[in-house]
Amino acid sequence: MNTRFAIVALTASALALGACKKEPPESLPPQPLPTNASNTPVTDPNAGMSGPGTQTHFEQMVNGQNVIFFDTDRYNIDSADAAALQTQARYLAQYPNVTVTVEGHADERGTRDYNLALGERRANSAKNYLVSLGVPATRVRTVSYGKERPVALGSNEQAWAQNRRAVTVVVN
Amino acid sequence: MKKLSFLLLSAAAFYAAPAVAQDLGQAPPPDGAVETLEEETSGLSGSVTDESAWQDLSIAIPGFATDRNVDTAANASGTAALGKEIARVVYNDLRNNGLFEPVGPDALPQPSYSQITAPSWSVWGNRDAEMLIQGYVQAGADGRLTVGCYLYDVALNDELARAGWVVQPGDWRRAAHKCADLVYGRLSGEDPFFDSRIAYIAETGPKDNRTKRLAIMDSDGANHRFITTGRSTALTPRYSPDYRQLTYLSYVDGNPRIYVYDIGTGQQTLVTESANPTFAPRWSPDGRYILYSMAVNGNTDIYRVPATGGTSTRLTDTPGIDIGGSYSPDGSRIVFESDRSGSQQIYVMNADGSGQRRLSFFGGRAATPEWSPRGDQIAFTHIGGNFRIAVMNPDGKNIRYLTNSWQDEAPTWAPNGRIVQFFRTERGSGDTALWQVDLTGTNERRLATPADASDPSWGPILP
Repeated sequence: MNTRFAIVALTASALALGACKKEPPESLPPQPLPTNASNTPVTDPNAGMSGPGTQTHFEQMVNGQNVIFFDTDRYNIDSADAAALQTQARYLAQYPNVTVTVEGHADERGTRDYNLALGERRANSAKNYLVSLGVPATRVRTVSYGKERPVALGSNEQAWAQNRRAVTVVVN
Repeated sequence: MKKLSFLLLSAAAFYAAPAVAQDLGQAPPPDGAVETLEEETSGLSGSVTDESAWQDLSIAIPGFATDRNVDTAANASGTAALGKEIARVVYNDLRNNGLFEPVGPDALPQPSYSQITAPSWSVWGNRDAEMLIQGYVQAGADGRLTVGCYLYDVALNDELARAGWVVQPGDWRRAAHKCADLVYGRLSGEDPFFDSRIAYIAETGPKDNRTKRLAIMDSDGANHRFITTGRSTALTPRYSPDYRQLTYLSYVDGNPRIYVYDIGTGQQTLVTESANPTFAPRWSPDGRYILYSMAVNGNTDIYRVPATGGTSTRLTDTPGIDIGGSYSPDGSRIVFESDRSGSQQIYVMNADGSGQRRLSFFGGRAATPEWSPRGDQIAFTHIGGNFRIAVMNPDGKNIRYLTNSWQDEAPTWAPNGRIVQFFRTERGSGDTALWQVDLTGTNERRLATPADASDPSWGPILP
């Protein structure tokens, strides 16, 4: 079990290194799991917070690549996005009971209605790519937040680049 | 912790049945009727002052008189105090909009009841008032108020216009707005707009965790009410033409969906039953249809559905985002936004979806078109560096900018098509506020709201 985790994590890192086109978020990827974490018995009351099927576990296992980024007004999946989504797809293959929501977002430099539609288009791009990798469509839903939920608060190119994103969130 | 609460929220939304989800506050009371009195108008004099100069007119607006000072539900101090309040509302309407140069009741002598129909010309002439607005208020045995409004030309010593209304005590401000509309219409030659309402989104909280509530208010900001509690995000409201309903977007079930909220009953219903997200609801001018935009597999198109429910008709079918929409006043055409050519631009089509063609061919992007209620202009957001409010002719020609700020968007028209309201976002802080500007690009001013404000929607003149 530990070995499989390690392989997934390694592959994820390798793909992350290959991705360089767009600015990644300023925040660092989460620390790798301590080796004994996966040995935590399921009866542990805290296991639900970080075990398989939780957002914490998902983000750790995909090495922080649960978010992909887009250029202004664009929604195409570039090589960096593809690498991140491949990592996500591997996780979803390994944990077939996990269902996710892809949240599509836009930066503040757009009109409200259009940004809602653009966020939906971005979320669907990510979803369609996951489905093309074999993830059943029924396990991926989408929601657009338009420009309503920025993560970077500045009004500059760097902040906008971080906000033009699709975030994969574990639902169960 | 933030991630976690986010996750829990999403999960809850995913499993909550829409019927259980609730974000509505207490329903506002239904409107009372405003009855217009049939009054004999005295012989009107000829044309007023030279029209180009009407904005410089000095207008005296003393307190409205009462025949006897009695208790009224409209004012704790009785009808005499109410008369002064009515004059203040008229004064603020005319002053705040940059129309005329009014002087209000707090700086003027109070005429007696008998003087309302027989002004003391010399008093007003000595104050250099060119125009005089006088009025009265009476409380009837049933509690209803009768408000009379008279416009006089001081130089001519003559009456220009008069009107009267009977209102419920709770609607006393509407009588004041009707008076301001009477004066504005008589002196400018334009249609009225003060007696109208605005729906908008009230915003509070930090930029990355905004609370957005559906709210309504009179055109002057009075009678402000929140419709939703803020537990879920509300966006892009539109008043129905009869003011009985609001359509808007809510995340109340976790997804962006559009609803119709009934002001009389406080109930709301989905505009269309669909698992797909729906955005950008708009009424047809007759209130019979709602336009909406729906994303299917990421592709957004514009649909039309009867306001009472039923089968939707798809109006656009191009790949790309087709969104929004605003009917021409006669309901025959729809101006909308599409990125089918690669970037947001403005298009027009017939009401049945036929004859789609692009209107905007200037540089930059063009978004959020809104057809003037007069039909002669289309207001929109022009994006080219700054986001600016602009207008163009319905054929796409003659673009004119009305504002120049970092981010102005979402124009909405005053009922008479002479003023455009919009919201302005501050760079950095993300603070938002409602603003309005004349069609000439002058008299730009910020509207007072209890909190930050966006997505304004100005309704028609009240009946």
